[in-house]
Amino acid sequence: MNAPHADMAQPQLIRARSDVPFYVAFGILGSTYVFLIIAMLIADLRFTTGPHLLQALSSPEIRYSIKLSLISCTITTILSLWVGVPLGYLLSRFQFPGKVAVDAILDIPIVLPPLVIGLSLLILFQTPFFRALDTLFPITYAVPSVILAQFSVACAFAVRTMRITFDQINPRGEQVALTLGCSRSQAFWMVVLPEARRGILTAATLAWARSLGEFGPILIFSGATRMRTEVLSTTVFLELSVGNIEAAVAVSLLMIAAAVIVLTLLRVFGSERTFGKAFEP
Amino acid sequence: MIVVKDLSVRAGAFSLSGVTFEIPSGAYGVLMGKTGCGKTTLLEALCGLRSARGGKIEVMGRDVTHLKPAERGIGYVPQDRALFTTMTIREHLAFALVLRKWNDADIARRVGELADLLGIAHLLQRKPLGLSGGEAQRVALGRALSCRPGVLILDEPLSALDDETRQEMYALMKIVREQTHVTALHVTHSRSEAQLLGDTLLNLEGGAVVPLQRIDNSVTKPDFAASGPL
Repeated sequence: MNAPHADMAQPQLIRARSDVPFYVAFGILGSTYVFLIIAMLIADLRFTTGPHLLQALSSPEIRYSIKLSLISCTITTILSLWVGVPLGYLLSRFQFPGKVAVDAILDIPIVLPPLVIGLSLLILFQTPFFRALDTLFPITYAVPSVILAQFSVACAFAVRTMRITFDQINPRGEQVALTLGCSRSQAFWMVVLPEARRGILTAATLAWARSLGEFGPILIFSGATRMRTEVLSTTVFLELSVGNIEAAVAVSLLMIAAAVIVLTLLRVFGSERTFGKAFEP
Repeated sequence: MIVVKDLSVRAGAFSLSGVTFEIPSGAYGVLMGKTGCGKTTLLEALCGLRSARGGKIEVMGRDVTHLKPAERGIGYVPQDRALFTTMTIREHLAFALVLRKWNDADIARRVGELADLLGIAHLLQRKPLGLSGGEAQRVALGRALSCRPGVLILDEPLSALDDETRQEMYALMKIVREQTHVTALHVTHSRSEAQLLGDTLLNLEGGAVVPLQRIDNSVTKPDFAASGPL
């Protein structure tokens, strides 16, 4: 049977279907993950009590681990910025031989399994030069190893964030500054760096947050010695391994609180564009 | 005075070679050319932002071919103005003077002069965010003129402005020229703009700069509708 011919002279009106199923389906699929995150946080909160938290905070080992975490994360952040700002600027502004290779190498700490980074650091310190260095300045299984393990990963995030930051700053400004009498260094300090301040804050908070969550490299390269190389992530592992789940959850909540503070700082002061792009492959 | 002799410059796969032209002292040179013909590349080479592969650039009688941008004595107004987003307008006008270690009183006097000349005295405390196109252009011009350069280079400075603002800027450019006696090289797509402002007209085509007809602005007023090909 032939289909009836459309009357070409008439306007072709159509009855649109409802958009409700689209919104409902996407809403349900999307909210699943959000619900999972919220459910985990609520479960943690319900599992622990005020006395558990106070008990955890009164333990000298846990207080040492909080102190070491705060100090090591802060030093790592400063070191990451110290390297990330110049390296990000060079990658953003200049073409040089091997730039593609350098760019790829900087992705390695981001994609490599954390345990492999720890193992690689440990093996590196078995080579003659680093073994000699370790003899002069004890690094492995000591506090500097915690900072080095955190730095190995966190710095890559700082470099990427700073590169994106500099990419978003119009290079013409520096060029005008050069014609006005600036040297390269003056143009960087007087024009570029002030414009990059939000990106620097984003890089710092990202590096700090990555350092706080670092566990695998620290466990292998620094060990998990109480009152020596124990940071918060190690504490959670150590408390779990002896069956003290209450203390593990209490310390986890401290880390969650720190992460929430860092995320809030990022949202309030940092550039969301830079923050989002730093995680892009 | 700008003298360019047999200049070669490369930007990626694009290159210019054998570029030769001259703009006399105090003259207002206007460079025209199609989009993508290398006008900005040429300006960058003159400012020292792109190194010359051959040839010679002289500014006010000095060979600046291999000098750093800071040492050329050229004021540069880029197409997008590139104002410093974290600085106030006062800081823009004082920027080059601070680098030259002028004392505070001289800086304040010079900033005041420029602000009056360009009509931006009311903007000195502001930052660039929220400035209109015309205001931003005046600030970029003031920043470039602040240390009294011998040569001013303007890359399509009026292209993004509405008609009314552009007319105001034409008048302002003439005043700036009369008061500063600066030698200018102004890049534009607009024939009417070239006729109105320029007295040394140049066309960049096929990698070569060709002089065009010279107009005496003091005698003739251009008839835009009747103006033929330059």
